[in-house]
Amino acid sequence: MAKTAIALTVNGEAVEALVEPRTLLVHFLREQLNLTGTHIGCDTTHCGACTVDFDGRSVKSCTLFAVQAEGAEIRTIEGMAGADGTLHPLQEGFREMHGLQCGFCTPGMIMRAYRLLQENPRPTEDEIRTGMAGNLCRCTGYQNIVRAIQFAAAKIAGDSLQEAAE
Amino acid sequence: MNEISETREAREARLQGLGCKRKRVEDIRFTQGKGSYVDDLKLPGMLFGDFHRSPYGHARVKSIDTSKAKAVPGVLAVLTAADLKPLKLDWMPTLAGDVQAVLAGDKVLFQGQEIAFVVATDRYIAADAADLIEVEYEELPALVDPFKAMAEGAPILREDIKDKTEGAHGKRKHPNHIFTWEIGDHETTDLAFRDAEVTIKELISYQRVHPCPLETCQSVASFDKIKGELTVWGTFQAPHVVRTVAAILSGIPEHKIHVIAPDIGGGFGNKVGVYPGYVCAIVASIVTGRPVKWVEDRIENLSATAFARDYHMTTEIAATKAGKVTGLRVHVLADHGAFDACADPSKWPAGFFNIVTGSYDFPTAHVTVDGVYTNKAPGGVAYRCSFRVTEAAYCIERAMDILAQKLGLDPAELRMRNFIRREQFPYHSALGWEYDSGDYHTAMQKALDTVGYQALRAEQRAKQEAFRRGETREVMGIGVSFFTEIVGAGPSKNCDILGIAMFDSAEIRIHPTGAVIARMGTKSQGQSHETTYAQIIASEIGIPADDVMVEEGNTDTAPYGLGTYGSRSTPTAAAATAMACRKIKAKAQMIAAHLLEVHHDDVEFDIDRFRVKGMPERFKTMKDIAWTAYNAPPPGLEPGLEAVSYYDPPNMTYPFGAYICVMDIDLDTGVAKVRRFYALDDCGTRINPMIIEGQVHGGLTEAFAIAMGQEIAYDEIGNVKGASFMDFFLPTAVETPKWETDFTVTPSPHHPIGAKGVGESPNVGGVPAFSNAVNDALAFLGATHIQMPHDAWRIWKAAEALGAQG
Amino acid sequence: MIPGPFAYHRPRSLAEAVALCAAHPDDGRPLAGGHSLVPMMKLRLATPDHLIDLGAVAELKGVRREGNGWVIGATTTQAALITDPNLAQAIPILRETAQQIADPQVRSCGTIGGNVANGDPGNDMPALMMCLDATFRLAGANGTREVKARDFYQGAYVTALEPGELLTAITIPHPPAGHGYAYEKLKRKIGDYATAAAAVMLTLAGGRITTCAISLTNVAPTPLLAADAAAATIGQKPEEATFAEAAHRAEAITEPTPDGRGPADYRTKMAGVMVRRALARAVARASA
Repeated sequence: MAKTAIALTVNGEAVEALVEPRTLLVHFLREQLNLTGTHIGCDTTHCGACTVDFDGRSVKSCTLFAVQAEGAEIRTIEGMAGADGTLHPLQEGFREMHGLQCGFCTPGMIMRAYRLLQENPRPTEDEIRTGMAGNLCRCTGYQNIVRAIQFAAAKIAGDSLQEAAE
Repeated sequence: MNEISETREAREARLQGLGCKRKRVEDIRFTQGKGSYVDDLKLPGMLFGDFHRSPYGHARVKSIDTSKAKAVPGVLAVLTAADLKPLKLDWMPTLAGDVQAVLAGDKVLFQGQEIAFVVATDRYIAADAADLIEVEYEELPALVDPFKAMAEGAPILREDIKDKTEGAHGKRKHPNHIFTWEIGDHETTDLAFRDAEVTIKELISYQRVHPCPLETCQSVASFDKIKGELTVWGTFQAPHVVRTVAAILSGIPEHKIHVIAPDIGGGFGNKVGVYPGYVCAIVASIVTGRPVKWVEDRIENLSATAFARDYHMTTEIAATKAGKVTGLRVHVLADHGAFDACADPSKWPAGFFNIVTGSYDFPTAHVTVDGVYTNKAPGGVAYRCSFRVTEAAYCIERAMDILAQKLGLDPAELRMRNFIRREQFPYHSALGWEYDSGDYHTAMQKALDTVGYQALRAEQRAKQEAFRRGETREVMGIGVSFFTEIVGAGPSKNCDILGIAMFDSAEIRIHPTGAVIARMGTKSQGQSHETTYAQIIASEIGIPADDVMVEEGNTDTAPYGLGTYGSRSTPTAAAATAMACRKIKAKAQMIAAHLLEVHHDDVEFDIDRFRVKGMPERFKTMKDIAWTAYNAPPPGLEPGLEAVSYYDPPNMTYPFGAYICVMDIDLDTGVAKVRRFYALDDCGTRINPMIIEGQVHGGLTEAFAIAMGQEIAYDEIGNVKGASFMDFFLPTAVETPKWETDFTVTPSPHHPIGAKGVGESPNVGGVPAFSNAVNDALAFLGATHIQMPHDAWRIWKAAEALGAQG
Repeated sequence: MIPGPFAYHRPRSLAEAVALCAAHPDDGRPLAGGHSLVPMMKLRLATPDHLIDLGAVAELKGVRREGNGWVIGATTTQAALITDPNLAQAIPILRETAQQIADPQVRSCGTIGGNVANGDPGNDMPALMMCLDATFRLAGANGTREVKARDFYQGAYVTALEPGELLTAITIPHPPAGHGYAYEKLKRKIGDYATAAAAVMLTLAGGRITTCAISLTNVAPTPLLAADAAAATIGQKPEEATFAEAAHRAEAITEPTPDGRGPADYRTKMAGVMVRRALARAVARASA
């Protein structure tokens, strides 16, 4: 099958590649770009382990073809920590609040939570639960994931308050 | 830092030892997408394997045509049973003493059974080619109801062993019969029932479910022809056992097999067994000379690799009118699917189901279990449980509620009247266990007081009255569950896997700078071993947990161990860790005495150092001691500072807990909502309370899913229904209730640090709490026992049968 | 779970998209959000040779006022329906329904056009479109035509859409001010299809129900317009007896398939319960 050329931005870097049209975005990220932090848990668009940020929205990369990402700006878990290694407040929050165990759902959780906090910087517990409803976790029972996101929301808000004060 | 002026508290805190909420070491990599799971592995020239599977539950395979698949560019090989047969690998032994087809030969026995393995240059081509395999079948009648398995005229499933009258666990009564397991005292139990003032009898079924970790089963096999060495990376909860089994199966010497379990995305029992995918990837690597990866998809996972439960328990209790239990009798019909691939210790065909007397002082009991074959996937794994403990806990906790109802007693009160009393421990149960410790009354009372139990009952009565008056369609249930677990398999006197005693191990080396490398025979799949074992080491030898690196899963470097399942890591490997530390400490004491120029009896351990008794200012820190061990050890002592411990536990541990679930049910829809869930756990000494709480949250969520909706169901012709996340109930954050956790501490008297294990308690105790809440809600309408799963339609139907749907 | 191979097309204009669809009436499929189609392709239940990606066709996206109604482009996502402030003001039931579809990630991709066009009886938007009396614009080789949502659904996955035709937009009449509405959906969990669901749009005047439309999701091979049930409410007081009668009539037209969501009789009853609840909530929201 003929390959299609695509050009996109992944974690701030321009990427050009040739892909078979049927290549799923998640396989493109994992196999061609070696960004293996994005996981596959269910194959049927339910678990959200493959969630990435795609042009300012959260998507499940197992249900998009890589060719659909032509021109897109994508952020994966590998693009969350600062260049100096500083963890994103969500990454910190998940650790502080024990929001993960086996770690398999965590990248998808963090990527979805990242967008959720853009949409709603100070979500209530119910809003977090609803906003995270596309991501399954088999280990934590979600309670600490909620707390992790609350931690991050508070930290992000606090930081910007501080910046505003300066 | 001034080591003399530093307070004891500060020194203690710096260690991050036992009992502190140490943040997890693992999270640094996992939160950045830097875990290394099996599917992340890429090797030069790696191929990909995919299965062609049976669409039928039961059929004869007339022919298999792989020519079209082989013609696909990029396909290197297609394996069938015929290819495996000359290698004697078309069948493999199971842990339960049966054999399982690696690839189906002349017959398929369950839908989704592996028939051919396609090996191609990538997973897309492998999938294309697997689709092109043509199999001619002759469909046979499927047997899906275990109650019909031993009927006359039932279809015979296992033609390979149909004339075998002796199985791995004794006589077989029927070609579809696997074993009968009997324990307890038949005669005295019969007498107890004969003389009983009150008896109850109920068929309590625990439906077939699946552990379903978020990462499916997967492996990469790489055979090096030149060296004759095989390396296998895989989702293995018990990597050392896999290595031994691989050696036995393949004939490759064990030292030339390297099994590595990297990060594992959850196991819950799914990743204990050896599956055809692992075997085929190994064979394919040997055949092609290239590394071969196999990754199952979710539908394959739910329909082929492992299942749990499928226990049908006819349960009887004898009691006095005053509510004292006098006897327990249980017969279990166990549906094992097409092959007996249960992952139990080898001598225990029904696991530790004989913990079924629970937390109660039964003077006598008798249990029989019949295992049967059906046209369903093999498995019978311990899904977040220690070998059929969750079935046993569900059985007894449901039955106690049924008895309470019959006696007109409050279910909590009935439990209180029958608990094993604190002074009875160590307690010898009627079915042969020695419970090490417990304080059940205290735990139950604390739970009742915390939730305000009496007020809840009053509210429930008021709601029932309102329902009767037609003012509401909502009813309320209060589910009480008090469980006793049996974990930490186990003592060599009664636990082995294929003859290997179920010890576990730790190997700890303190380097000259005081940094520690510790390796264990267990394997975390989310249980936080890298964090918690280090805490034990920190407290035992006084080196900060941050200076300890814990490694597991590489069978070349880790000491031999039996792996992680059945809440066994804390009772076994954590014990080994403490014991190895104590060996190190004994040597450290000699070195310290030498350095301090006193007799070793005159020094004592103090948090992070040895000091001269009565002279706290004269001490040597563990760091000083470590340096000396490599630099100038005392005369007569070997240099170095390391120890190995293989710990054979003297007994199991017996965690327990009291759970209370408050539930509101809308009878118009059957939708049940958990209003409150309180879980009190006693797991003995608490190593890391943060992690314990996390384990309890997770286990309760799995219990909630099982009780309220999970089921791997089959239709009458053997089609597996709902084997994807559309139907298999995994609750999201929206459905999942909020959890309240609490604890008491009754240390294990025989464990070096008094810990008991906790990972499975919430699943074991949780399922009956939810189920009892549903049953309790409908009891006033006349319900005695409603089968799980309690999804909305089944609750609605149950209410309809009770005449509550108008 | 690997899709079969296909040729990929990415038209940049509506004309180009329509021409491509027309050129591949039997072996092509348009790809909008793809959240119904791609899972089917991964299961190889759908194996199109040509996939026509509508993602780059700007004309198919967006919401605008047109005459006495609203035009919603076919590739407008569920997320866009939820966040569009004008639509939320004018037709709030759209937002209420969209919020009950799948999960946030799926809604960020899934489109209203895809939801209504593929004829899956589990989808929520088809019944809502019937309730709102929406019209679908279909474009094909022979030009465009309009089909009422109420005439569109013929069977499970069978619609009035001809091979090679593309659904380009949906028009919805502007509902009267002060109308009451509700979409009641019973489901097992987030991400599931409805066990049963009901959409209600109504108006009240003088303490009576003056207009009413009711439709049902996933209790028959197609979405159902419960006309008889709605008729039973007209001129009636908005009270429990009225709702019960409507529910009863709605139950009568269901033909649910038994599945993991429950046996047929249960799902029929649930259709009734959803109707009753939707009516009660719609009444509470309507201006008298």
